[in-house]
Amino acid sequence: MKRATWKSGIGGFLVLLPSLALLAVFVYWFIAKTVYSSLTDWGRDPAQALALKPVLRFIGLDNYRELFTGLIDGRFRQDMVSTLFFTFFFILGCLSLGLVLAILVDRKPRGEGLFRSIFLFPFSLSFVVTGTIWRWLLQPKGGINRLPTLVGLPPGDFAWLTSRQQVWRFDWSLLPLFFALLLALLFAFLALSALRAGRRRGAGIAAVSALLLGLWALGPGRSLKLLDFPELHGFNLAFIGILVAAIWQMAGYTMALYLAGLRGIPEELREAALVDGATEWQIHTRIILPLLAPVTLSAMIILGHISLKIFDLVFAMAGPDNGSTDVPALLMFITTFRGNQFAKGAAIGVILLVLVAVIILPYLRSQLRREELS
Amino acid sequence: MRGRTRGRARASQPWPTYPVLAAATCFFLLPVYMMLVTALKQPIDINLDTAWSLPASLNWSSFSQALAAFLPKLRNSFVLAISATAISALLGSLNGYVLSKWAFPGSRALFAFMLFGMFIPYQAILIPLFGFIKAIGLYGSIWGLVLVHVVYGLPITTLIFRNYYAEIPDSLVESTQIDGAGFFGIYRWVVFPLSMPAFVVVVIWQFTQIWNEFLFAVSLSNPGSQPITVALAQLSGGEAVKWNLPMAGALLAALPTLLVYVLFGKYFIRGLLAGSVKG
Repeated sequence: MKRATWKSGIGGFLVLLPSLALLAVFVYWFIAKTVYSSLTDWGRDPAQALALKPVLRFIGLDNYRELFTGLIDGRFRQDMVSTLFFTFFFILGCLSLGLVLAILVDRKPRGEGLFRSIFLFPFSLSFVVTGTIWRWLLQPKGGINRLPTLVGLPPGDFAWLTSRQQVWRFDWSLLPLFFALLLALLFAFLALSALRAGRRRGAGIAAVSALLLGLWALGPGRSLKLLDFPELHGFNLAFIGILVAAIWQMAGYTMALYLAGLRGIPEELREAALVDGATEWQIHTRIILPLLAPVTLSAMIILGHISLKIFDLVFAMAGPDNGSTDVPALLMFITTFRGNQFAKGAAIGVILLVLVAVIILPYLRSQLRREELS
Repeated sequence: MRGRTRGRARASQPWPTYPVLAAATCFFLLPVYMMLVTALKQPIDINLDTAWSLPASLNWSSFSQALAAFLPKLRNSFVLAISATAISALLGSLNGYVLSKWAFPGSRALFAFMLFGMFIPYQAILIPLFGFIKAIGLYGSIWGLVLVHVVYGLPITTLIFRNYYAEIPDSLVESTQIDGAGFFGIYRWVVFPLSMPAFVVVVIWQFTQIWNEFLFAVSLSNPGSQPITVALAQLSGGEAVKWNLPMAGALLAALPTLLVYVLFGKYFIRGLLAGSVKG
């Protein structure tokens, strides 16, 4: 090939081509196929489900309608609620533990390297290994529940992974209402911040939107119901055990991210603050935390997408059939490979993809943008 | 760290450093302790009431039993992780070389196009993937899994190499070019010899990820080609398990990646940062 071919980029493109083609098929084409499958009745007729060339009928959004409002798919709705609660607490736990550990390790205690290694090693393990060990630790009559007896206290009696207890229950059929109120709050917040920034027009538009949404939610919105029947979903306490194991595995990772961020903060800044009479607490809350905001955001996004996809940990810890620790990623697997409900499995896959894309795409965009500027 | 002294770090702390570190250490090592004592007990001595106590006598036979049962699965995992890692690292290196040193109009967009594959929940491609692997006759074969891990590893390997090569001065590439070296000549004589640190990062990262992976492994393998993660999940998921075997098995499954982590911790952290904080 001539030099000119390389200069013009054709050569480079040809080198990239195999990878591009593979990813085009394995990522984009397969996503398209999944989306299409989710719009068919693949699996509704058991005779067709496993046929070599199944005859598929296009049924539009019917699978999605069933998942969100159908009588039999309450399990999916509980899984969605579970995964959102799980994500919230998982991110909260990893960020707070990770930040504390990072600040402490950054103080250069004796044995710094050893501490860092101990906190980070779970990240190198498989979720299946973590799940296996914690499954044993969380046996209702052993492990963690026996810990208090070592210091003479009565044993704990929490049924970690099998508890049926649920808290913070709400009626799924009122979901549109909650969304409207949430959006109204968001708009109200936007209006306030626009007003502070002196953008009156923007503030006005946001305020009117907030008002309209709020009025709709409290007025006609109340009669709009997603389901014909009340259906209560909430946070399953059985997830606490999964959360402990997940945070055990990922807190060290978060610590490593924060440590990298802390290294980027010049020492002079802290010293200057100390000279100005700031306390250590003020330095942390007023200077270091705000400077770490980009790291926090990155960590939230990375942890968030891990959490939405969580599958192997739950599988290994509680098994695929433990109702109270079910998540959509697991339900997709069971629906597809055990129930042969391919179209519905595909629909759950698409919903997961949308959830992840909503947080990842803006992140990818901003990361690539920032690089362009620098 | 430059200019950071122990003296300052010890002055006026809001929290006590060592007690908190000690408590955290306990939390992180508790499962390790439990795994070891359970694996080393006689099966008959394992019961919930005395789960925390040390074994009365050391019993190593659980490890040999687990090893005997897991040996074929460990072999599968090694074949899978080593071949998929090698191929995805080589492809990623070439891709990164093009994207950083031979960028062309639209190459940034193509890079973004490749990166997205890193984040998707694999549930969104699992059904067509399953059909595809079956159609090309690789279902139940370790090579089907190799193919899958190569493809879905491409985004991260390309990303790490691209960012690494961006640090190599363009002038170095240009001067070699004047000397008459072409695309592959420059790669062979300039870029590749400088790539070792990036290869270490990528190899460690990919090996760990592929070794630990479960969703593809459980969907695309059969008992003959099962990687270790699937075998472990099945062993510990069975009813009325004797816990010495799953614990010994967990240790065996963890050992390779743990060893990589202990030996190459620095590079491991670099891979971890590359996978999150980009640009």
